[in-house]
Amino acid sequence: MACFIVPVAEAVVTTAITKVVKSKETKLEALKVETGKESFETEIKIPFSRKLKWLNNMLWGGSFLLAFEHVWHGEVVPWFPFLTAASDPAEASVMLSETATVGVSMAALVTAVWGVMLLVTKAMEKKALKTQPASN
Amino acid sequence: MTLLTTVFAAIICTVIWYKNAPKNEMKVGILCWMYWGASLMWLVDAVFEYAELGAEYFTPAPVDMLNDFFLGLSAVALGLVVWLAILLVKDPRGVVRTALFKKN
Repeated sequence: MACFIVPVAEAVVTTAITKVVKSKETKLEALKVETGKESFETEIKIPFSRKLKWLNNMLWGGSFLLAFEHVWHGEVVPWFPFLTAASDPAEASVMLSETATVGVSMAALVTAVWGVMLLVTKAMEKKALKTQPASN
Repeated sequence: MTLLTTVFAAIICTVIWYKNAPKNEMKVGILCWMYWGASLMWLVDAVFEYAELGAEYFTPAPVDMLNDFFLGLSAVALGLVVWLAILLVKDPRGVVRTALFKKN
């Protein structure tokens, strides 16, 4: 009914955090990555603001398409109060309960997947640092 | 059906992105994030619906299935329109700028 509101709210917060983090990031850490046959390529360690952008993109993109689905089903309308369920108290309570369960689960799953992505990239960065020879 | 349509769109976009990586001229990454985000959200929706309906969830009426497929295709099309708009505005290859400011 209005489950996309929770990911949208999270996206607003994470976008603000991204802006703050990006303004504080100054120096990019360089990594040397082995590309085979004793050759190396310099890679920049992925800044945290860029990683946050992945989460922002998933949250904004996902909730945009989900909002479209709600328009399709007539649950979101372009006039006040915008959510059809909000005009009826009984339906409003169902909507709030759905937002608290489905909406929160959606935001949690997207964040959890992003968390796994962070762990994987961290492991990849560590591996790249390990393969860096002592002489370089 | 909406979930399935979006998942297939996400997989196809990811394969295209991987094939062209690290080049990202066409900004296919935008589509990947959008479709994967929507797929994850619709997956949660599907899990809650399954918890409510049980096995009945997997045997929808043909009309519902067609409507859901139509919705899925429309969502994919809307995602493509958003991607196209971003691509033309950012114009990474400078094609739009060249066309607009070309002297006749």
